[in-house]
Amino acid sequence: MAEEEPTAEEVAEPGVDLEAEAPPRALPDEETLATIVEPHQSASWVVADDEWVVSVDAADYHSLVEAAMESGFDTFIDLCAVDYFRRQPRFEVVLTLLDYTTPMRLRVRAGVDGAEPQLSTVSDLFAGANFYEREAYDLLGIDFVGHPDLTRILLPDEWEGHPLRKDYAVGSVPIQFKESHKAQ
Amino acid sequence: MAGEVQPPGILLGTLEKGINWARTRSMWGATFGLACCAIEMMGTGAAHNDLGRFGMEVFRASPRQADLMIVAGRVSQKMAPVLRQVYDQMSEPKWVISMGACASSGGMFNNYALVQGVDQIVPVDIYVPGCPPGPQSLMHGILTLHEKIMDGEIRRPVIQIGN
Amino acid sequence: MSEENQTEEIDSAEGAVAVDATTATGEEGRRQIHDMWVAGTEERADIRQFTDEGAQELLPVEDETALDIQRGVVVDDDYEFEDARDEDELQIINMGPQHPSTHGVLRLHLELEGETIRRVKPIIGYLHTGMEKTGETLTWLQGPTNVTRMDYLSPFHNELAYSLAVEKLLNVEIPERAQAIRILMTELNRVSSHLLWVATQGMDIGAISMMIYGWRERELVLDFFEKVTGLRMNHNFIRPGGVAADLPDGWEDDIEALLVDVPAGVDEYHEILDENPIFLDRCQGIGVITPAECRAYGVTGAIARASGVDWDLRKAFPYSGIEKYEFDVPVGKHGDVLDRYHVRMAEIDQSLRIVKQILETMPAGDYRTEDRKVTPPPRKRIDESMEALIHHFKIFTSGYKVPAGEAWQSVESPRGELGVYIVSNGGAKPWRIHVRAPSFAHVQALPAAMTDTLIADTISTLASMDPVLGDVDR
Ligand code: SF4
Repeated sequence: MAEEEPTAEEVAEPGVDLEAEAPPRALPDEETLATIVEPHQSASWVVADDEWVVSVDAADYHSLVEAAMESGFDTFIDLCAVDYFRRQPRFEVVLTLLDYTTPMRLRVRAGVDGAEPQLSTVSDLFAGANFYEREAYDLLGIDFVGHPDLTRILLPDEWEGHPLRKDYAVGSVPIQFKESHKAQ
Repeated sequence: MAGEVQPPGILLGTLEKGINWARTRSMWGATFGLACCAIEMMGTGAAHNDLGRFGMEVFRASPRQADLMIVAGRVSQKMAPVLRQVYDQMSEPKWVISMGACASSGGMFNNYALVQGVDQIVPVDIYVPGCPPGPQSLMHGILTLHEKIMDGEIRRPVIQIGN
Repeated sequence: MSEENQTEEIDSAEGAVAVDATTATGEEGRRQIHDMWVAGTEERADIRQFTDEGAQELLPVEDETALDIQRGVVVDDDYEFEDARDEDELQIINMGPQHPSTHGVLRLHLELEGETIRRVKPIIGYLHTGMEKTGETLTWLQGPTNVTRMDYLSPFHNELAYSLAVEKLLNVEIPERAQAIRILMTELNRVSSHLLWVATQGMDIGAISMMIYGWRERELVLDFFEKVTGLRMNHNFIRPGGVAADLPDGWEDDIEALLVDVPAGVDEYHEILDENPIFLDRCQGIGVITPAECRAYGVTGAIARASGVDWDLRKAFPYSGIEKYEFDVPVGKHGDVLDRYHVRMAEIDQSLRIVKQILETMPAGDYRTEDRKVTPPPRKRIDESMEALIHHFKIFTSGYKVPAGEAWQSVESPRGELGVYIVSNGGAKPWRIHVRAPSFAHVQALPAAMTDTLIADTISTLASMDPVLGDVDR
């Protein structure tokens, strides 16, 4: 048996705390946003569905994300890229961050040029961006400068092209039973 | 008589039946769960549907101990070589069930990423339709395979696929 | 490690709580055993530098080494360390993609030093189905058929996230009954998913009977799904504008039966697992993730909650009227496999609690919106009116148009935050669908949970993350 009875603090509570309460909801706080956005010339913002949407140029992207991280948006949620095809800039990288003390979301949209899609990586700020950037590279061919391991992630290494681009065909094959029907 | 197939004699015929019967009674599956269909495959093996009734409750992780590969789910271009390798590692006699629309034909995903039908990679004995096929469908597929084995020869003709 | 060893080591360590595992019983025993893993052993020279942020929340113990052991930074194995690591001693093991315990087609590159994992690299993509591309070729109405096949253990959540995102763009009101049906189905889905998790977790670490028990209750839930939607999985039931059909007659009786049978089964699991020494040995202090790592890697859901992060989207960003129902968010402390087990089991109870409330308060009304733009006319009108027939035909062939814009919607799936990001260009098909898959983030966090732990714990950690590969690769 125990030589000494453990005190109440030493014995951890059983894992589950049913009494836990969710954090209270807060409205967008414009001051915080101003500290994130203002130092960056190219950045502009709107509020949509309780969510801040900040648009920024590729050049300011990294420093803006860093500023956001420092002012509380420290949870990495998502990163994806969109191909707008006949539009300038052609690509857009969309980053979603979360501040779960408030709770509040921030969406950062960074335009990326179509001819040479390059954007600086944020995987140095968020470890979680690593896979998401690889996915965006794999499927849309966006080159994240400074990424430690920018290789294909979903498709085989020897794959050619980036399937989610709009100029990449879906790659469907004709359905065979129709063909054989015709042949008869 | 060269070239003609000899009907088996009484002795061999009975032996053949015996061997075929033995094969159907303990057909061990290789787990090849890929996607949603794999969940239904697991469900078929679990309590409610109980594949143990057909001597199949053991799913072997090692292909060398398995007779039946149930390809349950969609086969991607990246997975295709792995699937073929696992099939090659299985020892004869071996059978393949293609479970679900995706494995049989690519299903609703007719795109760049999927192999449009696993029969392009391995020879398939039974196709089980559905998305996902319920446990009953899969069991029906397995029983149909049993029938097929009972009616067939012991030796399986060597099938060349591809070139 | 044998039990005597444990006791000895604990005794020799300074300031540690000395407990004899063999005599400790019941709930208290569980706690004591849980603490034992935390108690310190002699210092190791090679401690990986780690951020300490959040460590204090994790455990009220001052001892740094103890924390490190608990987080899996230092491994308490009998392997002798050498200061200068020899390249020759590193061994690379490839696990998967065809492995019974990887829950699908995940592949792990493990770099081992003795029995200790030094580096892990998850390799994914073996189930890449190109769903995001396929989604761009389907109309808005056909979309749920596609997304429901992503995370095939929680199809309703996929459909719900997608439908809510489309509805955000369409700006349609959803009737209360439809919302209640949605919550009913998604919460039941959470139950079925967690039941499958506990079944496979049990099986992976050797409790094969759990596999059979877990499926037993899951089948009950699936039977209800089949009755409502016609399918056991991949339902395509929740659609933009409402749900596909009303609940069948007599659904109340089915739910009442479920509310009796499933908790009875869950109690049985508690009986089997809670005090099972093998289960505890293989879960306590294994695969620990700290809150700081959760934030950096985007780990959400039950795993983050087990680490002590009090975060549930149903509370923070309520959707589909879930704020009306009363439920608690279970939060763990240690962030190990055992806490994930407890959190998930408690979530089953909470989901059933919501289901019970829905059963009592199910509002009457329509099961889909009146908005003619997205809702096909009722079957009876088609027989009577030509316009209705044309309208019906139009919706199902060319589909409706959705205003241009972008929308993000996330729901709390059994695995974590499932987000759908949709871009519309005003056409009849989405311009881009991106799904933020919780499992994708969790697979990415595997190295954080596995590095410097023993290879035998790989399976336990991996299973506790509950990755669904369809969700990871999409
Ligand atoms: S056939 Fe259907 S259920 Fe089976 S893998 Fe394909 S999509 Fe999933």
